[in-house]
Amino acid sequence: MPDSGLELRIDTRRGSFHLQLDCTLRAEWTVIFGPSGAGKSTLLRLIAGLDPADVAIVAHNSKALTDTTNRLYLDPGRRHIGMVAQHPALFPHLNVQHNVGYGLTGSAFQRHPMASIERVQDMLALVGAEHLAARMPRDLSGGEAQRVALARALAPMPRLLLLDEPFSALDGAASDALLDRLRTWTRANRVQTIMATHDAADALAIGAEVLLLREGRLVALGPAAQVLAAERERLRARL
Amino acid sequence: MDWQAFFLTLRLSAVTTAILVALAIPLAALLVLGRSRWLAIVQALTALPLVLPPTVLGFFLLVLLGPRTAVGRGIVAVLGHPLAFSFAGLVVGSVLYSLPFAVQPLVAGFSAVDPALIDAARLLGARPPRVVFSLLVPLARPALLAAAVLSFLHTVGEFGVVLMLGGDIPGATRTLSIALYDQVENFNYAAANRTAGILLALSVAALVAIYLSGWSRGGRRA
Repeated sequence: MPDSGLELRIDTRRGSFHLQLDCTLRAEWTVIFGPSGAGKSTLLRLIAGLDPADVAIVAHNSKALTDTTNRLYLDPGRRHIGMVAQHPALFPHLNVQHNVGYGLTGSAFQRHPMASIERVQDMLALVGAEHLAARMPRDLSGGEAQRVALARALAPMPRLLLLDEPFSALDGAASDALLDRLRTWTRANRVQTIMATHDAADALAIGAEVLLLREGRLVALGPAAQVLAAERERLRARL
Repeated sequence: MDWQAFFLTLRLSAVTTAILVALAIPLAALLVLGRSRWLAIVQALTALPLVLPPTVLGFFLLVLLGPRTAVGRGIVAVLGHPLAFSFAGLVVGSVLYSLPFAVQPLVAGFSAVDPALIDAARLLGARPPRVVFSLLVPLARPALLAAAVLSFLHTVGEFGVVLMLGGDIPGATRTLSIALYDQVENFNYAAANRTAGILLALSVAALVAIYLSGWSRGGRRA
């Protein structure tokens, strides 16, 4: 289990949009649920350090990542964060193997190049894409590209994993199977995971803690069955 | 035909292009990846030679690199001779004069790279130099080629800066453009025709090379 979790104290504006949040996410898996435009992607990008914030304290397991009051801003590459977005953003000029191995630049991998190759193979096997190693991104389907993007984010063994609707191109069964394998892996490797989705069925199926976000504000934080009770009834009524 | 001027022009253009590409890659990357508002000043200074009359730039450099300024005296102390009226001086002038022709295509090429790729690389631990050389440069290869060809051609056709800064010294500073001017001044139109023809052929060949490379990439994509 994560030590002290992900602490978020954020107050920032993007044009007319205002994201204001004060909470600590301690669960192994947290689903950020909210409609499009609720601020899910903005929040994940702030946590990853990809966008600047007006006022923000972001700390993971007591280690400050962003602290605007102390002008602390850890570079995204030094946060030990893996991130997969809806758009896989694979490097188009590198094959799958080199894409997945891109983040393996530590001294251990430089001393032992075989370790890098093995890690890439392990990660591709985890996401069910070991047969794609030699392919170029342009030859992959949307679902395959998302699998590879996940393998690439996991390869450096991040401490925090951010998923922004990462399996949108996979069909329901494939997405569930991949999610199952991913949950087993993150538990075994003690990787806290935050997953943004606008699909209540996804959030309920995972059964994780849910952070309900609406118009940039935290509406509720708690177990999925409790926070998404109304959504569950709506889904049940549709069936 | 003034072959000495021909080879001097090629040498000047090749050296200038090599220096410009090496300078323009980090400069363009800084302009694209940087967030400081001071970069607007860098951008303006980089584009300045586009609107500045070449003779003005040549005059300023002539004064700056001459013995009347501290910079010029410093250069004489180090090199033993002033940079003005020398091949090295021409290189300095050409690099400054052609800088926008190297930087602007690269800024356009780097800007066209999907920002999501840059974000992905940063999250995977890539520092700016790695982002530039493992992503931006390979993905903006056509822009790099355009920058190199435009810098080369612009240096080949340079006149005002060369004349002002280098004068007309055979074997040292007389380029094809200057030779052409001399030939016309001496009413030697046959030689002038040949020189102008070579300058024209160089320009056409280089531009065809750029468009051919773009055409073949388009063909592969289709």
